[in-house]
Amino acid sequence: MSVTAETPLLAKPPVFRITPPSRWWVLPFGELWDSRELLYFFVWRDIKIRYKQTAIGAAWAVLQPLLTMLIFSLFFGKLAHIPSEGLPYPIFYYSALLPWGYFAAALQAGTNTIVENQRVITKVYFPRLTLPLSSVLSGLVDFGISFVMFLVLMLYYGIRPTAAALWLPAFLLLAVLTALGVSLWLSALNAMYRDVRYVLPFLVQFWLFASPVVYPSSLVPEKWRWLYGLNPMAGVIEGFRWSLTGRDSPRGPLLLASVGVVVVILLGGVAYFQKMETAVVDLV
Amino acid sequence: MNETVIHVEGMGKRYRVGERERYYALRDVLTRAFLGPFRRGQRRPPDYLWALRDVSFDIRRGDVVGLIGRNGAGKTTLLKLLSRITLPTVGFAEVYGRVGSLIEVGTGFHPELTGRENVYLSGAILGMKKNDIERRFDEIVAFAQVERFIDTPLKHFSTGMQMRLAFAVAAHLEPEILLVDEVLAVGDLQFQKKCMGKMEDVSHSGRTIVFVSHQMNQIRRLCERAIWIDGGRLRLDGPAKQVVNDYEATALRMEGSEIEQAPGSVAFRRWLIEHTQSNQLDLDDIPEKIVVKFQAVVKTEVSKGTLIVSLRSDENAILWSAMYPDLQMKPGPLELNFSFANLPLNPGIYFWEIRVHDGHQWSEHMQVPEFSVLAKTDTDVYGYLKGALNLDVSFDLLARTEYNLERS
Repeated sequence: MSVTAETPLLAKPPVFRITPPSRWWVLPFGELWDSRELLYFFVWRDIKIRYKQTAIGAAWAVLQPLLTMLIFSLFFGKLAHIPSEGLPYPIFYYSALLPWGYFAAALQAGTNTIVENQRVITKVYFPRLTLPLSSVLSGLVDFGISFVMFLVLMLYYGIRPTAAALWLPAFLLLAVLTALGVSLWLSALNAMYRDVRYVLPFLVQFWLFASPVVYPSSLVPEKWRWLYGLNPMAGVIEGFRWSLTGRDSPRGPLLLASVGVVVVILLGGVAYFQKMETAVVDLV
Repeated sequence: MNETVIHVEGMGKRYRVGERERYYALRDVLTRAFLGPFRRGQRRPPDYLWALRDVSFDIRRGDVVGLIGRNGAGKTTLLKLLSRITLPTVGFAEVYGRVGSLIEVGTGFHPELTGRENVYLSGAILGMKKNDIERRFDEIVAFAQVERFIDTPLKHFSTGMQMRLAFAVAAHLEPEILLVDEVLAVGDLQFQKKCMGKMEDVSHSGRTIVFVSHQMNQIRRLCERAIWIDGGRLRLDGPAKQVVNDYEATALRMEGSEIEQAPGSVAFRRWLIEHTQSNQLDLDDIPEKIVVKFQAVVKTEVSKGTLIVSLRSDENAILWSAMYPDLQMKPGPLELNFSFANLPLNPGIYFWEIRVHDGHQWSEHMQVPEFSVLAKTDTDVYGYLKGALNLDVSFDLLARTEYNLERS
């Protein structure tokens, strides 16, 4: 039980220098990497808790998008005859519900994470970014499960994957980054103004219809596509549809706009989150 | 050999108080934004509270430092700053080494997870690597004495078991610097002894510890050095014994408003042993009679008051007790004198408990500062008392004109 050999000696720079919050913000990559095990534990905890004491457990990960897809297919497809770019309705909707379901769930978890964990962050130090990061990552497990369901659907409808499928990880990454970026803003805001949590369902609802889940983005006139693409989920969903089904290429300007917005939201989110970190701990 | 591991310079932390609620609703922000321009002249500047102000000190490797002070003096804020949980408003600190902070017992525990899972989660949150936790898992569970239940959900644990497990996890952290905030008051007496023992082990292993406690006997036992934080400022920094004595002598004296607010008609202020003018008794130097004086303030006249006094061990066992009924006390300063012909106590820490019933309610009883009995010679002692308990006491009540407990 002796003191470890790596103990710093005289003249070595301090391990931590604790100063008032500085003007510049720096992405604490080193720290985050050191805390990767903690990140793993947080994700593990979220997943374990989610389905404890539920009757069907992980089956919800499949049922939710499945049921939504059925309702959409019936009402928007069969009854309202919304175009689906030649794809069978279930495929059309499910391919969008996959990333959308992930996004909505990640947002829900991410917004509340700081408030939920207030006891822990006021008593121990760890890089606070791990919290929204963990809520965004824990949603991937559910995503994986519903993805398997999608493969079953593809089999059933005889859709064969094309080379476009290689782009899927990129679009998944885009979805994760979008969820992370927005969660960073919302979790910090929610810690300060608690009604954000109640605004969220409306926000998500509105966002759903602003995204090409229920309708294809081809409905949007060509010259407005880039504006439409300012909704990052538009890029994500079109990207998913394309890489999963091979139909039609993602609209260039739309995708570009989406990626641009994601970068801005993410960088802004990290900066805002870090700026608010200390204030939040003092307030929460 | 002993280099600095914690360097604090002019550190201060300010909080906003008053007008601001803990959190806003957007509605409030919006209305304030809209109506703001129309509310000229009504806005008060926000009030600030300096929880900590201009604190500077250095701690070397291996130091075991006690942090004492009244509630709200800023001790926990200081620990939180050193743990990086919050950031200072002015000044800075430099920390050389891995810090483990125990600010609360059970950090990270989740009731739905099993004991085993919680050990991993809590350990990770406190900063342990997965390997470390695995390595020490059996030790942790054995220390907490919860082997049988380790795989049941935490919500089925009793509170005592939860706290023991929480402390066991925290106790097996192996940081270079350990910051502890009053968490040793968990569990039953036996477990507390175990915790103290563990703390002692940690201090002997060469780790640096900063330790907050309200129990002066713990500070005396564990720490060589103590820092007294009073009203956010560093008031005294020196050898533990000295700082603790000073703290007890001044901090526990009731002043002004406290006397008014104390329940009952009589408020106790100080006590001391006449021939040593302190709260210490040296067994190698005892006069014929040992006089113990208590000073009190009588707020309203008491006509048939009952006085109860007791001498207690450090574990609150009553060693001697006496009751004096039908006392008359006039308002003003009061001195209560107890003359002991003999006080056959072994070296150790004891407490006085003294209170007065004025016919309606009890006064607040005085239990601190502790009564220390010392002996220069190192005697092998068992128990509290030397020989049979045969105390010969004479009691006197003296009205005084001023507050002065010095030699009469």
